[in-house]
Amino acid sequence: MNFETIIGLEVHVELKTQSKIFSPSPNEFGSEPNSNVNPIDLGYPGVLPVLNEEAVNFAMKAAMALNCEIATNTKFDRKNYFYPDNPKAYQISQFDQPIGENGWIEIEVNGKKKRIGITRLHLEEDAGKLTHGDDGYSLVDFNRQGTPLIEIVSEPDMRSPEEAYAYLEKLKTIIQYTGVSDVKMQEGSLRCDANISLRPIGQEKFGTKAELKNLNSFTFVQKGLEFEEKRQEKVLLSGGEILQETRRYDEKTKETILMRVKEGSDDYRYFPEPDLVPLYIDDAWKERIRNEIPELPDARKQRYISELGLPEYDAAVLTSSKEMSDFFEETVQHGADMKQASNWLMGEISGYMNKHYKELGELAITPEGLGKMIKLIEDGTISSKIAKKVFAELVEKGGDPEQIVKDKGLVQISDEGQLKEIIGKILDDNEQSIVDYKNGKDRALGFLVGQVMKATKGQANPPMVNKILKEEMDNR
Amino acid sequence: MTNISKEQVKHVANLARLEFTEEEVEMFTEQLSSIISFAEQLNELDTDGVEPTTHVLDLKNVMRKDEHKDWITKEEAMKNAPDQENGQYKVPSILE
Amino acid sequence: MSLFDHSIKEIEAKLHNNEITVQDLVDESYKRINEVDDKVHAFLTLDEENARAKAKELDESTDKTEKLFGIPAGIKDNIVTKQLRTTCASQFLRNFDDPLYDATVVQKLAAEKSVTIGKLNMDEFAMGSSNENSSFTPTRNPWNTDYVPGGSSGGSAASVAAGEVLFSLGSDTGGSIRQPAAFCGVVGLKPTYGLVSRFGLVAFASSLDQIGPLTRTVEDNARVLEVIAGHDNMDSTSANVEVPEYTKELTGDVKGLKIAVPKEYLAEGVNPEVKETVLNALKVYESLGATWEEVSLPHSKYAVAAYYLLSSSEASANLARFDGVRYGVRSENAENMIDMFKKSRSEGFGEEVKRRIMLGTFALSSGYYDAYYKKAQKVRTLIKNDFDKIFEDYDVVIGPTTPTPAFKVGEKIDDPLTMYANDILTIPVNLAGVPGISIPCGFSENGLPIGLQIIGEHFDESTVYRTAHAYEKATDHHTKRPQLGGAN
Repeated sequence: MNFETIIGLEVHVELKTQSKIFSPSPNEFGSEPNSNVNPIDLGYPGVLPVLNEEAVNFAMKAAMALNCEIATNTKFDRKNYFYPDNPKAYQISQFDQPIGENGWIEIEVNGKKKRIGITRLHLEEDAGKLTHGDDGYSLVDFNRQGTPLIEIVSEPDMRSPEEAYAYLEKLKTIIQYTGVSDVKMQEGSLRCDANISLRPIGQEKFGTKAELKNLNSFTFVQKGLEFEEKRQEKVLLSGGEILQETRRYDEKTKETILMRVKEGSDDYRYFPEPDLVPLYIDDAWKERIRNEIPELPDARKQRYISELGLPEYDAAVLTSSKEMSDFFEETVQHGADMKQASNWLMGEISGYMNKHYKELGELAITPEGLGKMIKLIEDGTISSKIAKKVFAELVEKGGDPEQIVKDKGLVQISDEGQLKEIIGKILDDNEQSIVDYKNGKDRALGFLVGQVMKATKGQANPPMVNKILKEEMDNR
Repeated sequence: MTNISKEQVKHVANLARLEFTEEEVEMFTEQLSSIISFAEQLNELDTDGVEPTTHVLDLKNVMRKDEHKDWITKEEAMKNAPDQENGQYKVPSILE
Repeated sequence: MSLFDHSIKEIEAKLHNNEITVQDLVDESYKRINEVDDKVHAFLTLDEENARAKAKELDESTDKTEKLFGIPAGIKDNIVTKQLRTTCASQFLRNFDDPLYDATVVQKLAAEKSVTIGKLNMDEFAMGSSNENSSFTPTRNPWNTDYVPGGSSGGSAASVAAGEVLFSLGSDTGGSIRQPAAFCGVVGLKPTYGLVSRFGLVAFASSLDQIGPLTRTVEDNARVLEVIAGHDNMDSTSANVEVPEYTKELTGDVKGLKIAVPKEYLAEGVNPEVKETVLNALKVYESLGATWEEVSLPHSKYAVAAYYLLSSSEASANLARFDGVRYGVRSENAENMIDMFKKSRSEGFGEEVKRRIMLGTFALSSGYYDAYYKKAQKVRTLIKNDFDKIFEDYDVVIGPTTPTPAFKVGEKIDDPLTMYANDILTIPVNLAGVPGISIPCGFSENGLPIGLQIIGEHFDESTVYRTAHAYEKATDHHTKRPQLGGAN
């Protein structure tokens, strides 16, 4: 029997507002435990929530970027459950009137485009952080409590772990473009749970699904789903039954491990939050937010292809992150050639980032620096080869490329007289090579060029070196 | 008279994170049954088409600006903690 | 005669004329507490050292213009006070010595230079109508200590009645200010929902709770409300309305006032003595030039059921934060996390609190939500509509505050439904969110006070106060003082 895989994803994204969603505590990552909290975050008796307007704006922005319909009337509800990181024992969330519904994004896998539906996007508060010790105790830090969070629930539209990966990449890129979140999985500002089930091909009814948790990277999401796909298939083929389970992905064994079997559904006893009043989002408000949404990755990619004439591959790579794409555009604004800018970003810069595990923003090089450097190449001040030296300095320390070239004496030697003198000496020392050249051995020319470059520490203008070498040898 | 079973009482107690002796379970079973039966007089009313009231005042869009402000120190945050370690709240683990 | 037999306005004059000092006022409070509180048990915590220090400081100040300058006050123990123990009369919070912040109303009292004498006894987490649910010791009725003072703001009412403070703050979710005010013969107002900030009021039922003043006179009450009312941006349900000078509305003139008297409020179940007293009060109004007519609030009989479903549901969530993680008393017998939650809560909460949490959890649980919680919310709409309709034609609604005068300690404690029925006349007011006041309007044959309830339109506290004050001026019930009799 052959099976079809059905995958749906629930993604949580932390919004990078200045303050928390219901309290004026700073919304910061990485502070000392329990230093970004106040009595509201700690769920002290008598405290009340007051909604942060920016959190609503950010959620709307994300929902619009994901093609959701924005609710006109929306509200908050209490989701009741006890856990030490949930200080009120209810989470303020949205139950039946989410801020966004019926959205979609387009993904591309193996050259095939596909729309993945987004069921809903709602706004809620994040919980604190519980660290399990091995001494029978756990520790709670409430810094994260109250961070504004959006939960994005997809339709069960994905049919392979690869599609799930592509969905996450695309979702992340879109959210990143809107600027409402850092979407950093390693800092927990983007988190993902996956639901996966199998059904015999041709069957309409979904099979029983398992929920995967503890997925700490997109790769682990894909790997976890791949493992789960095989596990479920094995169970079904051997006549077994899939239970409604929560499983976690173990990064070491690369397996999914049973956490608990769900009995029925959890009873969260949702009810409207009496401490918050409803939201009425009129057209003017929606329009204001819509106008704040920047050009999104698909539109930008299309523009790079049709208006800038970049190859589709380049356009796709450049627009895959907003940082990269913005860097590219600024570089071009500083006068750099488009194709050159694209090549440097996709080549040297990406290479450096991968090698040193750094983000673009962490590098010392600025779009202005790269732009100036490219212009120095274009006007012949430096060679491409020298440019690599300039780049090495720029990427580590930043600064002005012209100054670097000057300070390090890297200016290209394009003075004909100076070059003739150097070449003359080299020819004097390498008479055999002249003979070889005249006998038609092209290698000899290459060797001589190399000698000139060596003598000039690579600063000689390569086309001029070629020309003068040929002329001088012809004259001998 | 609506009868609530002892099992229901135990289930609800678990949801509410309360635990009772058998006598308490019996008492609450009886009392909740009579309170719920009393509450069922509401069924005499036809409420089709009646909007539920969550808020008695017609307030909307009450929000604050996105500004953070200092309030308590991290020492104060831990002041009333029944148990703590290294500036964090200490709790027994989920299973032992 | 006690200093506290004077109104706040009179005390103000005495302070200005240097006849008395703030220290005299604070002395008076603690002296009286020493004399009577072992009988009344109105206070749970005293703040004597700070109060005396503050009195001294105030006596040294030259500017004495604040509205409550030097006036001794008691605060119900579910209103949080920075560095002053706040227990909600619950064992769970018996060690909650510093809630870290002051409730908005406490900040407002401080800004007008009132002096906090201590924290007042109550039914645990404001759940109860007799103060017998205090987990420490029940408050007794100063008029006869064999009787309950009412609840849940029993300590707030008893402390004022017993002359321990000049005014107190209480909270009212289903009658918790008005019912004890009636039982103790003092003036108690539940303001319009949203008029007074709830920030710092330990929530029982968020959509119904309001803080209000308890005083000996209507004028004092209006004065305290002027201080504590007003928009608060820490409370999203706080209304952004102008606060009138209520004391200026106390003209004594009710000529032409149109009074509605719901027949349901004088129906079967209302004690004949109470009914007669209220009818006499209406005669007083007639003599003052007001008119009254019998009307109907047809959904009143459903209010108690709707109220218990809604308030318990909200309470089940509001009281879930008492889990033993961040504050309060954690059980020492817990072996794991779930055990810690269950044992801390079960050891920390009293029976009535558990009963309400159970009812509320049930009403919200899967499969029952629509039948109970949502149904009750719809009935709430019908009850609110009843009032809206009446206020199209009338200025105020008048009836008794409670069906009976105070009952004996222990009389109803074993039967929750009978106890709940005691709130039948006050609950609809909370469900509709309108303001209601209870003022003394006479005494039963055995000498217990009877309360008259005056209900107004949303944010029309002015008319409520004017109506109450006119009656008070024409009568002398409010000048009677308890002798603190009784076997206990």
